[in-house]
Amino acid sequence: MNAAPRDEASIHRTIEAVWRIESAKIIATVARMVRDVGLAEELAQDALVSALEQWPETGVPDNPAAWLTAVAKRRALDRLRHGQLAERKAIEIGRELDAQHEMAQDDFAEAVDAAIDDDIGDDLLRLVFTACHPVLSTEARVALTLRLMGGLTTDEIARAFLVPEATVAQRIVRAKRTLLEARVPFEVPRRHELEARLASVLEVLYLIFNEGYSATAGDDWMRPALCDEAMRLGRIVAELMPDASEVHGLVALMEIQASRTAARVGPSGEPVLLLEQNRARWDQMLIRRGLAGLARAEALGGALGPYALQAAIAACHARARTAEETDWPRIAALYDALAQLSPSPVVELNRAVALSMAFGPAAGLDVVDALVGEPALQGYHLLSTVRGDLLFKLGRRDEARREFDRAAALTRNTREKTLLLARARACTLPER
Amino acid sequence: MRFMLLMIPHGYETAAPGTIPDDVDAVAAMMAYNESMQKAGILISCDGLHPPSMGARVSFPGRKPKVVDGPFAEAKEVLGGYWIIDVPSRAAAIEWATRCPGGENEVIEVRQIQEIADYPPEVQALTTELPSMQAVKKT
Repeated sequence: MNAAPRDEASIHRTIEAVWRIESAKIIATVARMVRDVGLAEELAQDALVSALEQWPETGVPDNPAAWLTAVAKRRALDRLRHGQLAERKAIEIGRELDAQHEMAQDDFAEAVDAAIDDDIGDDLLRLVFTACHPVLSTEARVALTLRLMGGLTTDEIARAFLVPEATVAQRIVRAKRTLLEARVPFEVPRRHELEARLASVLEVLYLIFNEGYSATAGDDWMRPALCDEAMRLGRIVAELMPDASEVHGLVALMEIQASRTAARVGPSGEPVLLLEQNRARWDQMLIRRGLAGLARAEALGGALGPYALQAAIAACHARARTAEETDWPRIAALYDALAQLSPSPVVELNRAVALSMAFGPAAGLDVVDALVGEPALQGYHLLSTVRGDLLFKLGRRDEARREFDRAAALTRNTREKTLLLARARACTLPER
Repeated sequence: MRFMLLMIPHGYETAAPGTIPDDVDAVAAMMAYNESMQKAGILISCDGLHPPSMGARVSFPGRKPKVVDGPFAEAKEVLGGYWIIDVPSRAAAIEWATRCPGGENEVIEVRQIQEIADYPPEVQALTTELPSMQAVKKT
């Protein structure tokens, strides 16, 4: 037992901390035994409840993680012993468990830990792939991932996503049931489906990140905390799949974007555009990590995937000490590669901006003009804003004014509307 | 929340220049610990420091710099190394520190790293130049 006297509140904080660190591993280990992540989560929760009941009396055990895991495994074993079908499996696991305990007492603890750790890596991967299974809706995947992989409570997830707790609870219950009914196996997908399934995992992590990234001042602190959670989960998956270039790409992308957190909001809460941000406020530690992650993705060889390409674009901005130093030709080339890999009108619009910055407004306008009439961009004020800006730079002021007016009518942001109307007015002033 | 775990090994204050960890088992245990933090996605960076006998101290008596080479006779606690971790809470940082395979002579001090957002706005305005001084060199 830990020698220091600790009050109940501090024991509760310790239990919470241990839970956040260990819950995914415990759930994953138990899920391999019972082949049902829903049941595994309940059994792990039981172990947590036992800790909350017992530790304030007995003190925190020397190895709290091992304690929780052992209790959860015992519960799982009890379940399996009750189930006739799994009888043989239960005996097998029981023997394994007993042997582990024996060995642990015999100073072989470290060797056992190392052996278990290897398995745990595989089990964690199974867990993340199951939580992000395509049979689930996106919302369900997000909630289940935060719950099973992140160890977040239903309440925390609800606060982070600004929805009632009951909604999240229901999403999680339904998701568990869906996995059970669809007989989703607890396994890492086979080679031929690995790429698509990994894409689903990365999509979920990036969604979690962006939900946190879109948080505004005054929001519950759980919202911005989603960014940290997504990065932490991303780093875990990166360690589990060190050869998957896109995982490193995504982690790098999140880290470089997160490095701008302090700079992207002005003193009165207004958004500050990338090129106008005070770069002194960018977090260099995250940038260094992001650049290292990108280098890892690049070192794996092969063509960069969409996340690594976006990270490479973000890295161009991160490397530039001032907005003027930005390597726009490289950004344009990277957008070009991204547009070929995952074409979308928004990527095209970004490519147009990069081209205009690199080679002048006419080069960008060609691409933007091709996007006019694109159904996906109908009502998208940025198309008009960008087109207006390029026309203005080319001296085509009447056309520019019409675009700024259109953009002002389309945006819902009043601050932005004011700005756009001012730019429209500027088009009617005599040229200097 | 970022924390620095500061490793303070007693006895290191008098360690001879060039002393490096040579207990293979202890180093292996420490590496396993580092790896567990890496796998948990929380390790930002970690380093070990050469002994103070290879270092120097710069003080400012009368606000003028004065350099004293190590070892430092008066020092009772010196750093042996550090970890920077990113965790959701102070309790989590402490929990990670408790998992270190520390020796009888070692102490880990857990300290939260100040973020710009921790400062009041008027101080934030003064500190905006700070991160740029740590900026990565252009490659």
